[in-house]
Amino acid sequence: MATTEAGIAPRPDQAGLTPLLEVEDLRVEFRTRDGVAKAVNGVSYTLHEGETLAVLGESGSGKSVTAQAIMGILDTPPGFVTGGSVRFRGQDLLALPDDERRAYRGRSIAMIFQDALSALNPVFPVGWQIAEMYRVHEGMSKKDAKNRAIELMEQVHIPAARERAGDYPHQFSGGMRQRIMIAMAIALDPDVLIADEPTTALDVTVQAQIMQLLADLQRERNMGLILITHDLGVVADVADKIEVMYSGRIMEQAPVHDIYASPAHPYTKGLLESIPRVDLKGQELSAIKGLPPNLTNIPAGCEFRPRCPYARDICKEQRPALAEVVPGRFSACHFAQEVLDGDIEPAQQ
Amino acid sequence: MADPTPPVVLEVEAPAATETTVRTLGRDAWHDLVRKPTFIISAVLFLFFVTIAVVPSLFTSLTPTDCDLALSRQGPSSAAWFGYDNNGCDVYTHTIYGARASIMVGVLTALGVLILGGVAGTVAGFYGKATDTLVSRLGDIFFGIPLLLGALIVLVSFPGNAETPELVTISKVVLALAVLGWPQIMRITRSSVLQVRSADYVQAARALGAGGARMILKHVVPNSIAPVIVVATIAIGGYIAAEATLSFLGVGLQPPVVSWGLAISRAQDYVRTSPHMLLFPASALSLCVLAFIMLGDAIRDALDPKLR
Repeated sequence: MATTEAGIAPRPDQAGLTPLLEVEDLRVEFRTRDGVAKAVNGVSYTLHEGETLAVLGESGSGKSVTAQAIMGILDTPPGFVTGGSVRFRGQDLLALPDDERRAYRGRSIAMIFQDALSALNPVFPVGWQIAEMYRVHEGMSKKDAKNRAIELMEQVHIPAARERAGDYPHQFSGGMRQRIMIAMAIALDPDVLIADEPTTALDVTVQAQIMQLLADLQRERNMGLILITHDLGVVADVADKIEVMYSGRIMEQAPVHDIYASPAHPYTKGLLESIPRVDLKGQELSAIKGLPPNLTNIPAGCEFRPRCPYARDICKEQRPALAEVVPGRFSACHFAQEVLDGDIEPAQQ
Repeated sequence: MADPTPPVVLEVEAPAATETTVRTLGRDAWHDLVRKPTFIISAVLFLFFVTIAVVPSLFTSLTPTDCDLALSRQGPSSAAWFGYDNNGCDVYTHTIYGARASIMVGVLTALGVLILGGVAGTVAGFYGKATDTLVSRLGDIFFGIPLLLGALIVLVSFPGNAETPELVTISKVVLALAVLGWPQIMRITRSSVLQVRSADYVQAARALGAGGARMILKHVVPNSIAPVIVVATIAIGGYIAAEATLSFLGVGLQPPVVSWGLAISRAQDYVRTSPHMLLFPASALSLCVLAFIMLGDAIRDALDPKLR
């Protein structure tokens, strides 16, 4: 559903289309007692209608914080957006006053959280909570809203939706709760859906069902979907494009199949190698050694250098910018081409 | 509704719709409550006391002023079940009429602290930062004043006399107790709201477009109010007792108001010779306090969906 806000200036990109969501040079920091933690350091990405973007990274890489900044639900303080812009259909959300911005939440951009049990209000029945979206945002009557809520519960494949609408969140299994959360998020037919690790709290078979559900809903409604995850396996089938984040920056950006076939950044390569594979049974699983940098004190040069097997002298001094390696593929590595082609030897350390 | 088919649709949908009447927290809590012996006993007692307070004339044909000094301090008999006090007034009648003032003080004070402390605590907990500091420190100042001592000072500073209307005397006691008692409720509300504020579902509500008022009213308050209601209900008993204490000390309610505290106060000189003067009003007081505490407990259990 398009917003009716006046004065939206469309910003055509190279393809001549206005991107649905355009994040540009976003910067977020947390001002804590121990210093300033730079959680997001210049993240840019674009999302088009019907596109699925996977944001990948380990804990603390800034992927969830980026999503919170886009939604405008960052806890301030300690979190502050210090720079950049988030444009929804050309409208810079960060420049809007809080009450105008709220009109975009739920209606234009909605979000699904990791743990659906804690993301649902424990004291209201689930049907009531979904219906609330219609009553509050669309002013529907209680009865109409309830019927719409039940319809929506059927759409996310909750069995016996009519009977279960009166149950409380704790009476549902993990997968069902996540379906209810999804139903709430898509209730107002948002253009962009951000799913923050939607399957982390679920077991593997349920994970697949939820991903399938998200993919189906996205196709039916032509939504833009941002999938935040640390699990490469989860997104392989559904994502169009992948952004790999590390230490608050994008390290690599590429179409999904290219990245799995041939990563152009040592970090992505390390991530892919650390997935257990059946054909390598019995061999030692390779892991990326070390820990992500302390965000209050990010070292000079390349953020990944301390853990990078290919680190050279230049990596100590210069931080590589995100640059196009081959058309459509970007990597923030001094040796992106070499990593992509596979002709670089690990440094002697 | 201009559609020609509605009758058919209605027939099909009607039974299903009644099967799943909208469940709300209140309705479910009620469903649980009516199956709980503690609640039934305390609710019956509560209703009993409230009825006495509202229409005391249902329970006795006498009025508190029907006294005969010739009957002074006579013990219980078939004519007067609770006996007579030092002024020759019927203790039963005084106990019945005393319920109104005592319960009014208890309930009104509890409502007062619930409004003052509840709003202050929710605001402090939800908005945090400077607001929280300001409200909390203000609460600490009032918390530092002992309830009885503070009420004593306030009531002694604004004394009433025999001509003061009953309602004015009662409101003075209520105000004194509420102004000194709100920090307790404020602290409980604040800590409860602090827990809930950072919960994912509040974040989720925000992410789905809820505004500040909606978040407070639908997400924060319903999830944080249970302990507050319990403490407030239990506190009613405490406030009734505090009123009795103040009246006993001679600064709370004043004659001609009739209250349990006053009756107990009058009985103190005659405890050895006429214990019935103390026993009956004191028992009524204890029973009433007990009813409120039990009620508070039962409501707490019913309001927590996880105990269901």
